[in-house]
Amino acid sequence: MTNPFSEADQPVSARQEEFLRAHHRHHHKITFGRLSLFILFLGLWELAARLSWIDSFFFSSPSGIFKYLAQMFADHSIYGHTGITLLETILSFLLVTLLSLAAATLLWYFGSLSEILEPYLVVLNSLPKSALAPLLIVWLGTGTNTIIVAGISVAVFGSIISLYTGFCQTDPEMCKLIYTLGGSRRDALHKVILPSSIPLILSNMKVNIGLSLVGVIIGEFLAARRGLGYLIIYGSQVFQLNMVITSIIILCLIAMAFYKLIQSAEHYYKKKY
Amino acid sequence: MQPILSLQDISYSYHNLKGETPALTHINLQVSEGEFVAVAGPSGCGKSTLLSIIAGLLVPEQGKVLYRGLSPSDYCQDTVLKIGYMLQKDHLFEWRTIYQNVILGLELNRMVTKENTNYVLKLLEDYGLYAFKDSKPSELSGGMRQRAALIRTMAVHPDLFLLDEPFSALDFQTRLAVSADIASIIRKTGKTAILITHDLSEAITLADRVIVLSKRPAYVKCEMPIHYDISREDPLAVRSTKEYQDYFNQLWEVLTDDEPIL
Repeated sequence: MTNPFSEADQPVSARQEEFLRAHHRHHHKITFGRLSLFILFLGLWELAARLSWIDSFFFSSPSGIFKYLAQMFADHSIYGHTGITLLETILSFLLVTLLSLAAATLLWYFGSLSEILEPYLVVLNSLPKSALAPLLIVWLGTGTNTIIVAGISVAVFGSIISLYTGFCQTDPEMCKLIYTLGGSRRDALHKVILPSSIPLILSNMKVNIGLSLVGVIIGEFLAARRGLGYLIIYGSQVFQLNMVITSIIILCLIAMAFYKLIQSAEHYYKKKY
Repeated sequence: MQPILSLQDISYSYHNLKGETPALTHINLQVSEGEFVAVAGPSGCGKSTLLSIIAGLLVPEQGKVLYRGLSPSDYCQDTVLKIGYMLQKDHLFEWRTIYQNVILGLELNRMVTKENTNYVLKLLEDYGLYAFKDSKPSELSGGMRQRAALIRTMAVHPDLFLLDEPFSALDFQTRLAVSADIASIIRKTGKTAILITHDLSEAITLADRVIVLSKRPAYVKCEMPIHYDISREDPLAVRSTKEYQDYFNQLWEVLTDDEPIL
């Protein structure tokens, strides 16, 4: 349906133009603020290291990090370490998402099951998962498996609980509609619970990707010969602070990239519906 | 003639740990084919419970529900009588288009055939929603959404319509128009309908017979056939007739005789 008075057809008024200009000015101001804070921070850090206000052996310096990064690119080591951490994070994130969706669905479908399992889920969710890491090493050895399981263990219980809670908060009248039309509980799951929970599932994925990364890094601290977590722990042991801080910066970039990726999936979904 | 629906001595209570709340006591009710019945009563008197029992969503603790003389335990209820239920809110799913929403019942009953979808498209066309069939529910007005909900109910060819205050979410002006509109659509198909409402004037305007329930635990306090000499198409004309005033006064007295309103 086209509205004859829709905004698109009308010429832009002077006040609207003024509003748009003000909006852009504000936007530029924010970007400028963010950039200058970043540059100021790097500048001060570099200056402090050069003028020996801080000991660059312990605190590193932007130029040191940059040199180390260039060296990592030159000997290709960056690809291996970043790649393995990425792979482990993505795998554990995907497994967390699948497992928690499946578990939350089962819990919703079988009401008594959720009542039986509730205290166990609460305990497992509040347990500090790093305490499990040594156990995982004994059971699964050191390597990718252990690290992926560590990544899963950090995120999965909270994810199950929040998905299940979300499923239960779906308007019961919507399920009643399905029953009045002759549908079963399974139909209610397929036609109401899952489709209405897509925004919840997406926002849950945002949390999961961060937690999976936490779990993977903990795993790499304890049980890896490769990966960014390994570089951080190794670097700190041999006092190669450039290595440690460079790895942390790469981690920041990875976390941001994942977050943006899911955010754009969210935007896509919102646009579509 | 065999009544399409007959409730015999129905009682129902809700239970929780603090105790028992009786909702319905000894309800007897007969509805014949093609009749438009309104059930009115004070809010919270168990009207919706009654509809849920008729629809087979709740099993009565006492008494029997007979569909065309048969109890659901004898037969598969669907083969004897198909029931279409309209809830208070339209509950059109935002993640489906209007067309996908109105064929929901067909999907659930595995009835998505060319014949049935053509029927749905015809309904959409008849009730002025064809142009919106690919729109999202949020793009429709309240009245149009109610029509879409009615089409969703009609798509599965029900014999009996259960209307659970389907107009209560609308503003007064829309409500008058939409309720008359939907009642006339149902009348034209010659189908039977039971309308639940707490609005006495709505009941008197729309129904062939008004049933007044007492406050909880509900029993049938009074039944009154309603007849007008004029057509019911125009709700305002109906509401300004002498008969309407008389019916209203009589039923109002019944509704409020033993309990203070405030």
